[in-house]
Amino acid sequence: MYDLLIFLTLIAVGYSVGTLTEKRHYRSIHKREKAFLYLPAVTIKAVDYPEEKVRSAELVYGSVVISIDYFKKILAGLRNIFGGTVKSYESLIDRARREALLRMKEMAGDATVIVNVRIETSTIARKANKEGVGCLEAIAYGTALTLEK
Amino acid sequence: MIITNIETVPGKTIVEHFGLVSGSTIRAKHIGRDIMASLKNLVGGELKGYTQLLQESRNQAIDRMIEHARQMGANAIVNVRFSTSSVAQGAAELYAYGTAVRVQ
Repeated sequence: MYDLLIFLTLIAVGYSVGTLTEKRHYRSIHKREKAFLYLPAVTIKAVDYPEEKVRSAELVYGSVVISIDYFKKILAGLRNIFGGTVKSYESLIDRARREALLRMKEMAGDATVIVNVRIETSTIARKANKEGVGCLEAIAYGTALTLEK
Repeated sequence: MIITNIETVPGKTIVEHFGLVSGSTIRAKHIGRDIMASLKNLVGGELKGYTQLLQESRNQAIDRMIEHARQMGANAIVNVRFSTSSVAQGAAELYAYGTAVRVQ
């Protein structure tokens, strides 16, 4: 009986706080993405720029470790039975990647363009569905080019 | 030391190749952070302690790679890649590797 109560409380806490933090995080992501529109990040290696105009080239990177909330974990566990897309994990990984990209851009400062951007994710702790800390790291890195005006 | 993850250093020409350089570091997280993280795991969101830990480790791996390149007499590293792997429970390896070159 008490076990069930604890379980339900955990789900309720996970759902309410988790949804709130996700909304807040998305708001902040949207705001900062707009602010960084002047700094394009591209995955190609060579953009059309005159070679002699490049003032500096520098490696920039940003990373974030993010974890899933209890409610979504249960949801994903249920989803495992029937199969199909696991929406709760999609938004988690989406947030992590975008946050990593934004941190990379923050590191680039007043660069003109970031070329050859690579994004990687890795689980650094135990398996996400098992008991314990289920979290993943997203890292984005690229070369920031600063051109002379 | 100029570091890029493309094959060249834009605006400069490569005059000499020195070969592969790499740096790695293995970090374990301490128990305090682990407890905080498992609490945070309930509500989801960013685990700042882990982010910081991995960032520090990655910087250390890059520093080691730079040290390696410096010993060879290089002044730039091109085509840098990162990789992460968990070697044991609670420990992660951060690895950075690239090609050491001299540019003019």
